[in-house]
Amino acid sequence: MSIQRDQSLMAEPPVAAIGGGTCSPAPWKASVVAELAEVVRNEAVNAEYRHLVANCSEEAARAQPGQFFQLLCPQPAGEQPFLRRPMSLYGADPDRRQVEFLYKVTGAGTRGLDTLRPGDRLDIMGPLGVGFTLDPNWRHIVAVGRGAGLATLAPLAKAAKANGTQVTAVFSARRPGLLVSVELFHRHGADVIAVTDSEQTSGPANVERILRRHIAEGRCDAFFTCGSSRLMRVQQRLAREFGLPGQVAMEQQMACGIGLCYCCVRDFNVNGEIVNRRVCWDGPVFDLMEALP
Amino acid sequence: MNAAINAGMRAAADVDLSVGIGGLTLRNPVMPASGTFAEGLEKVMDFNRLGAFVTKTITRELRAGNPLPRVVERPGGLINAIGIPSKGVPYFIEKTMPHYAAYDTPLVVSISAPTAEGFASLAAELSVPGIAAIEANISCPNIEEDGKAFAMRAESTEKVTRELRRATTLPLWVKLTPNTGDVPEVARAAEAAGADAVVVANTILSMAIDLKTFKPCLGNIMGGLSGPAIKPIVLRQVFQCAKAVKIPVIGCGGISTAEDAVEYMLAGASAVQVGTATFLQPAAMTTIIDGLEAFCRRREIPRVAELIRGVVIEETDEPDLAWLDPVP
Ligand SMILES: Cc1cc2nc3c(=O)[nH]c(=O)nc-3n(C[C@H](O)[C@H](O)[C@H](O)COP(=O)(O)OP(=O)(O)OC[C@H]3O[C@@H](n4cnc5c(N)ncnc54)[C@H](O)[C@@H]3O)c2cc1C
Ligand SMILES: Cc1cc2nc3c(=O)[nH]c(=O)nc-3n(C[C@H](O)[C@H](O)[C@H](O)COP(=O)(O)O)c2cc1C
Ligand code: FES
Repeated sequence: MSIQRDQSLMAEPPVAAIGGGTCSPAPWKASVVAELAEVVRNEAVNAEYRHLVANCSEEAARAQPGQFFQLLCPQPAGEQPFLRRPMSLYGADPDRRQVEFLYKVTGAGTRGLDTLRPGDRLDIMGPLGVGFTLDPNWRHIVAVGRGAGLATLAPLAKAAKANGTQVTAVFSARRPGLLVSVELFHRHGADVIAVTDSEQTSGPANVERILRRHIAEGRCDAFFTCGSSRLMRVQQRLAREFGLPGQVAMEQQMACGIGLCYCCVRDFNVNGEIVNRRVCWDGPVFDLMEALP
Repeated sequence: MNAAINAGMRAAADVDLSVGIGGLTLRNPVMPASGTFAEGLEKVMDFNRLGAFVTKTITRELRAGNPLPRVVERPGGLINAIGIPSKGVPYFIEKTMPHYAAYDTPLVVSISAPTAEGFASLAAELSVPGIAAIEANISCPNIEEDGKAFAMRAESTEKVTRELRRATTLPLWVKLTPNTGDVPEVARAAEAAGADAVVVANTILSMAIDLKTFKPCLGNIMGGLSGPAIKPIVLRQVFQCAKAVKIPVIGCGGISTAEDAVEYMLAGASAVQVGTATFLQPAAMTTIIDGLEAFCRRREIPRVAELIRGVVIEETDEPDLAWLDPVP
């Protein structure tokens, strides 16, 4: 059946960017897939974090830094996680068709992930969301992360290297044993500065000192951050003071992960006006200056 | 699909998936449930395959929606209190509608208002080319009735449907609430007042409490349960409504597989809406369409519409539910 349409309503052309063009006669093709990936590895990297590597399709393995997947977690004994769980891309290799996640076991869903063994299947849906953007003119960027935020920032180091951009990563954790991905950042040529609560180096004042030094030395063309509102506020202040750009990856509880349900909204300050945005669809990476803690 | 063809089965082209819903012919009986569908799903499925589009409910005024957290999961289900964040009618017409104009799939717009008059004027304003039908979400609080949802009572349902009927010539679907004692009676009121179809149903009012903090899990305290957990309840309501009215009943509640859809059609649904399942399997709707076709082929049913009201009831008497509801 077809419906009469008033052409005047079409004055503004349909947004063709979604899914690669709406009017083209080319056969439609999915750009987000839900598929059964095959677990290759799922091992503890320290007392809190586990590293999961899975074989997947080429589409999934083309995920970009800052994007995420919705994982349908296996049910651990006695628990029934119902929704999918969002996890940032920790690594992707289109040639080997692999994706990697770094996760902290916190509740029913991640306890379910913890039960996966090599050879098991994991239903992954993605890649989802808007990732980080790297300006080819940036010579040096500074990434500041805490906790699982480091997982989100990790693929950025690889992309920056490919871009010819030097990275300084400031990692924050409760104690040195909980720092993750240090070697991974080193492998991509990044400088890593670790700050911890136990050594009393993770306070905002000390992090600010480190960041100011980088700015003074001309080694900070942009900020990237994830995982701590306190550290984000430090960077927002410095970004404003020195007119630097920045990006932040944000978290919010999700149901659909693809912009349908409006459960993942947060407030943003856009030119003085407070607006509501969906973290899964408009983000999870946002302009640093628009983010509200 | 092709691999599963049994011997003696008709050719693929033989299965006619089309259904008629109050003045509209849909290419198949599968469409999204309001509030669980938006443009983003185009990344996952070919929109030209759906029976219809159904938008998130829109209101005239701008609304922010409910406080966070807006969802909480429970075994087999999801409780949501999203509220109805809405950017209003002009935004919908200028920005949202064009997304769907490129497809040969009817666009059904879901609307809500706090008064019958509000519903009517919204329907009139949205009776524009490009919209194929109006779905009135009458599960929202009726301010003239002290906050009770319109669809909780036959009288208010009849009143709002009558006003809507006067305001638009578009096919009018009325979406009922399961949170009332007598859904078939409400369905009859909608039919009497001129609805072209009823959608059965919205979410089931519910609650969850966090045992760590002793606080309600949702920012709004209460919310609506959806997902597989509610399917048997809503299926029963669809069965009762399909017996009560002659207009088509659109089933909605916990449908996640083609088998669920078949069950709903056998209970009396002419079409089905899929909501929460999409959150777990984003391509659930197209999988259900393929599954319906395969089911019909397997059972040598040439037209999916033959399933509608196909449940076989041996007894002609009403089932005896007295033990569930003892009379003192
Ligand atoms: C875009 C995004 C990327 C993320 N990337 C990572 C990552 O790379 N590594 C990692 O360890 N964690 C990450 N998280 C957090 C991760 O999703 C949660 O820790 C996880 O959902 C917890 O699930 P659970 O069942 O173990 O916990 P539960 O506490 O049982 O979860 C209950 C509910 O709360 C939600 N929830 C719990 N914690 C969070 C949280 N911090 N953020 C959002 N929702 C939450 C769950 O999704 C679920 O709906 C990310 C979150 C988002 C939004
Ligand atoms: C997140 C969410 C948002 C919803 N928003 C609306 C809405 O705006 N209007 C409406 O009529 N129903 C809304 N619903 C109800 C669904 O349309 C549907 O009636 C219900 O979820 C039952 O179907 P399901 O079990 O397939 O999800 C919403 C449901 C969910 C889960
Ligand atoms: S999780 Fe559904 S809109 Fe973001």
